[in-house]
Amino acid sequence: MKPSRIVITGVGLTAPNGSSLAEFRANLLAGVAGIERKEIRYMGSQLAGVCHFDALKHQKKKEVRVGTRAGSIAIYCAREALADSGLNWDAVAKDRVGIYIGCTEHGNVETENEIYNISKFNYDTKFWSHYHNPRTVANNPAGEASLNLGVTGPAYTIGAACAAGNMGLVHAAQMLRLGEVDLALCGGVSESIHTFGIFAGFKSQNALATHDDPLKASRPFDKARNGIVISEGGALYTLERWDDARARGAKIYGEIAGYHVNSDASDYVLPNPTRQAECVHAAIRRAGLTPSDIHIVNTHATATTLGDIQECEAIRAVFGEGCPDTHINNTKSYIGHCMGAAGALELAGNLPSFDDLVVHPTINVDDLDPLCALPGLVLNHPRKVAKVDTILNNSFGMLGINSTLIVKRFVP
Amino acid sequence: MTKDECKKVVLDIIADIAPDEDLGNVKPEVRLRDQLQLDSMDFLDIVMELRKRHGIEVPEKDYPQLASLDSCAEYLTPKFDALAGKS
Repeated sequence: MKPSRIVITGVGLTAPNGSSLAEFRANLLAGVAGIERKEIRYMGSQLAGVCHFDALKHQKKKEVRVGTRAGSIAIYCAREALADSGLNWDAVAKDRVGIYIGCTEHGNVETENEIYNISKFNYDTKFWSHYHNPRTVANNPAGEASLNLGVTGPAYTIGAACAAGNMGLVHAAQMLRLGEVDLALCGGVSESIHTFGIFAGFKSQNALATHDDPLKASRPFDKARNGIVISEGGALYTLERWDDARARGAKIYGEIAGYHVNSDASDYVLPNPTRQAECVHAAIRRAGLTPSDIHIVNTHATATTLGDIQECEAIRAVFGEGCPDTHINNTKSYIGHCMGAAGALELAGNLPSFDDLVVHPTINVDDLDPLCALPGLVLNHPRKVAKVDTILNNSFGMLGINSTLIVKRFVP
Repeated sequence: MTKDECKKVVLDIIADIAPDEDLGNVKPEVRLRDQLQLDSMDFLDIVMELRKRHGIEVPEKDYPQLASLDSCAEYLTPKFDALAGKS
């Protein structure tokens, strides 16, 4: 039996440079980054991508106090996606809704906060919060969204390091095709800027970006790149089977065309371009396409010296010189690395290209690293193109997990 | 400490743990849970904040004493006075 066609019918997001798809997209086309300085416990002022959405739009003050930042981001994105989808939420069967949220990690923030808290009480654990466990369980962001929305179907997170945002969509498509749910809220979230441990960890790896101008700090492919800018954020989508979306006359952003997930099995942190290329190839094959059919490749590149070069090697191996209609960009140059939200957010920023035929650029490339000089790289200025029928989104993560997701223009 | 001052201490804590609630008309004789959106985790918050802010310990067997503002004042005022006597 032919698998069901899966379509994107709603988008809700918060990024460091926008808290709606319209605002985010406008800033991507205008070259507006969203990086600022933030005080990080024990580390002082650091560069970070901070989201400025109104948590109280969809939560009570008490929910914000009791819950986590990741939970707030998930709730905001889920509610915004549902509003965008045009679904009559009151009429939706809540037991047929699945929530699948990718996370790089969860629980660091809350654990660090509690250790800091009891440090003020001579490390006496009787001052440890009774909220610690519900805040730190790995399913927290999805669970908070289910509480807020009254969703009684499956709601859980998918841990896949920085490949997780794509994984939320991949898993949702699979669950819809299996008939496990009729509507999926899916994507990724991150609260990583609230844990000093991630900043300190990248700094110890010599992989934390520094720059006098925060807006210039995240610079994938530039010779002077010097590491990652850590960001928070989220993007959740409503995914539905095409038959259901058609029946209710839904607006369609695009169709899930193909995907692939694989593992490097080679190193804890170093990427593996051979496995990355295999992942991209496999996704293209699954979509029934060839590399030259891909019109936008959104790279994962995080602005580490080696990681960018290795991803470019993988992309070169797949797309080579024979893909004149393939345009390559990067979103982290604006918003830093939104970790578990990265793949989902970066896809969202490119979806409007189906309508406006403009490819947003990679900014902050003043001196292109020759080792990153891919054909089709869109640098610093948006590019109007003749055709955008396919978007390929790469997201890779530590312990060697790779995910590639392809979305195509929807044609009934 | 007077009982009214003790009630004010408890209300200040509730204002922080239940920030959406209007505390202007809390009836001291009525159970807090019957007039405010408070669940069992919120009561643990009250216990924790009494411990953190005031050094007051409320053993689990005494939790029912925190049911209303009046019962809070009856139960907690002697504890505050005992602490004040120590210092």
